[in-house]
Amino acid sequence: MNLKLKIWRQKDANSKGQIVDYNITDVSPDMSFLEMLDVLNESLVEKGEEPVEFDHDCREGICGTCSLQINGEPHGPDRGVTTCQLHMRKFKDGDTIYIEPFRAKAFPVIKDLIVDRSAFDRIQQAGGYVSVNTSGNTIDANAIPINKHDADEAFDAATCIGCGACVAACKNASAMLFTSAKVSQFALLPQGQVEATERVLNMVKQMDLEGFGNCTNTGACEIECPKGISLKNIARMNREYLAASLKG
Amino acid sequence: MKVWRKMARAVFLPYLKINTMSGLLNSSIARKVAMALSGIFLISFLLLHFLINFTSVVSESTFNELSHFMGTNPLIQFLMQPILILGVIFHFVMGIVLEIKNNKARQVQYKMYKGNLNSSWVSRNMIITGLVVLAFLGLHFYDFWFPEIVYKYVEFNPADTTRYFGEMVHKFESPVRTGLYVISFVLLAMHLWHGFQSSFQTIGVNNKYTPFIHKLGYTFAVVVPAGFIFIALFHHFITN
Ligand code: HEM
Ligand code: SF4
Ligand code: FES
Repeated sequence: MNLKLKIWRQKDANSKGQIVDYNITDVSPDMSFLEMLDVLNESLVEKGEEPVEFDHDCREGICGTCSLQINGEPHGPDRGVTTCQLHMRKFKDGDTIYIEPFRAKAFPVIKDLIVDRSAFDRIQQAGGYVSVNTSGNTIDANAIPINKHDADEAFDAATCIGCGACVAACKNASAMLFTSAKVSQFALLPQGQVEATERVLNMVKQMDLEGFGNCTNTGACEIECPKGISLKNIARMNREYLAASLKG
Repeated sequence: MKVWRKMARAVFLPYLKINTMSGLLNSSIARKVAMALSGIFLISFLLLHFLINFTSVVSESTFNELSHFMGTNPLIQFLMQPILILGVIFHFVMGIVLEIKNNKARQVQYKMYKGNLNSSWVSRNMIITGLVVLAFLGLHFYDFWFPEIVYKYVEFNPADTTRYFGEMVHKFESPVRTGLYVISFVLLAMHLWHGFQSSFQTIGVNNKYTPFIHKLGYTFAVVVPAGFIFIALFHHFITN
């Protein structure tokens, strides 16, 4: 199939970018979206032009490196998948596709479609850990019984890959879904209780410092999240935060 | 006395602690929770206001009695009324502050943006429906609140327990005013459609009752404004 691409090109963090039009022909519906961009880039390199820079790593939906706002949606029109898992059969011959970087003040563009998501790393560093020494004195995983429901919810929260689609989708560029997933995965487990109070206070503080917006519960994050992280986690984080504020 | 002090502590101490912990509403979650609590407070006031107004359709004397009670009871006049006014001011000031902050969090906009793909119009435009409700409150105060204050505390008119119904019905003679009230209530319905369930999510309630809270919210958002519209139209077309 033949497509018309409208891609955001930006030389570096300080340049002004703009949308550039590209026509691409003979795209196979079996290609992934990133393979389609690879084909485009090969043709650009052959013509002696700069290829379009975009983020990717595992290409199997587990690392959270790929991004892209595709026709107004992070990770494109498909649900529950990352851009690397998005297939061209979701598009039709003759379609126009807008490809833009994730937009948020806290995610500055580095080049073309690549944004700096290290704000997420700093939120994680502020409290997304347990200070249990696991080297040399590993405890049997089943030694501490955890009820099935909590274990399942903690696991679901832990499937967040930190891709930033929630921020990209949110009209307020809020990072509440990501942060709440990272808080929840510990809050639900006994191993997470030692630092529970400081964890939520510090992670929320860092989240605010990075310049993300305030959640207004539009629910866009939950719908666009490739891992189906639930808004329940945000409610849980708010509860944890209020409880921690009262204790602290 | 002891009970009161305990209750006051239970209500205000957590709030003071949250505020000082995070520097007077300096945290996104504290601000959001304050916004939600003020919203829930306004919702409960709205229900009371609706129930009182609705009596005007059924019985003139009941409406007069209730209005007189609300307008002269010192607890309501000098405690509840200031709390309500502060609550409204807090809610819309905080609403505007949050809107400005949220707009700052994304400085370069998407060229292609289709919000409807993942969220509802009402959830994304609380500021628009809210500002219309605010404009309506201006008109509403001009219509009812200022004349009441002047009547009672400026001109010191003698208490008249039967005037309320006639004064109210008189206001709904004007088709323009009636129309503005109707439009405002439609916008209020939209504000509440999202706001009701949103405020419960914000204060951390998301559990097996959540589907019920959603349904309750949608019902409230439709029934109460529709009821207000009915009252306005009833007096415009039938009483007048
Ligand atoms: C009687 C009138 C009003 C009622 C009953 C009401 C109720 C509510 C409720 C329940 C919420 C949800 C809170 C949350 O999501 O946490 C809300 C949010 C909001 N309200 Fe109102 N409101 C009223 C008037 C206004 C007015 C006059 C404004 C003026 C600007 C306004 C602006 C907003 C905004 C911007 C939000 C979204 C903020 C957010 O979700 O963070 N509201 N309102
Ligand atoms: S919550 Fe979902 S959208 Fe947000 S970073 Fe995690 S996986 Fe990505
Ligand atoms: S490249 Fe790893 S998730 Fe897409």
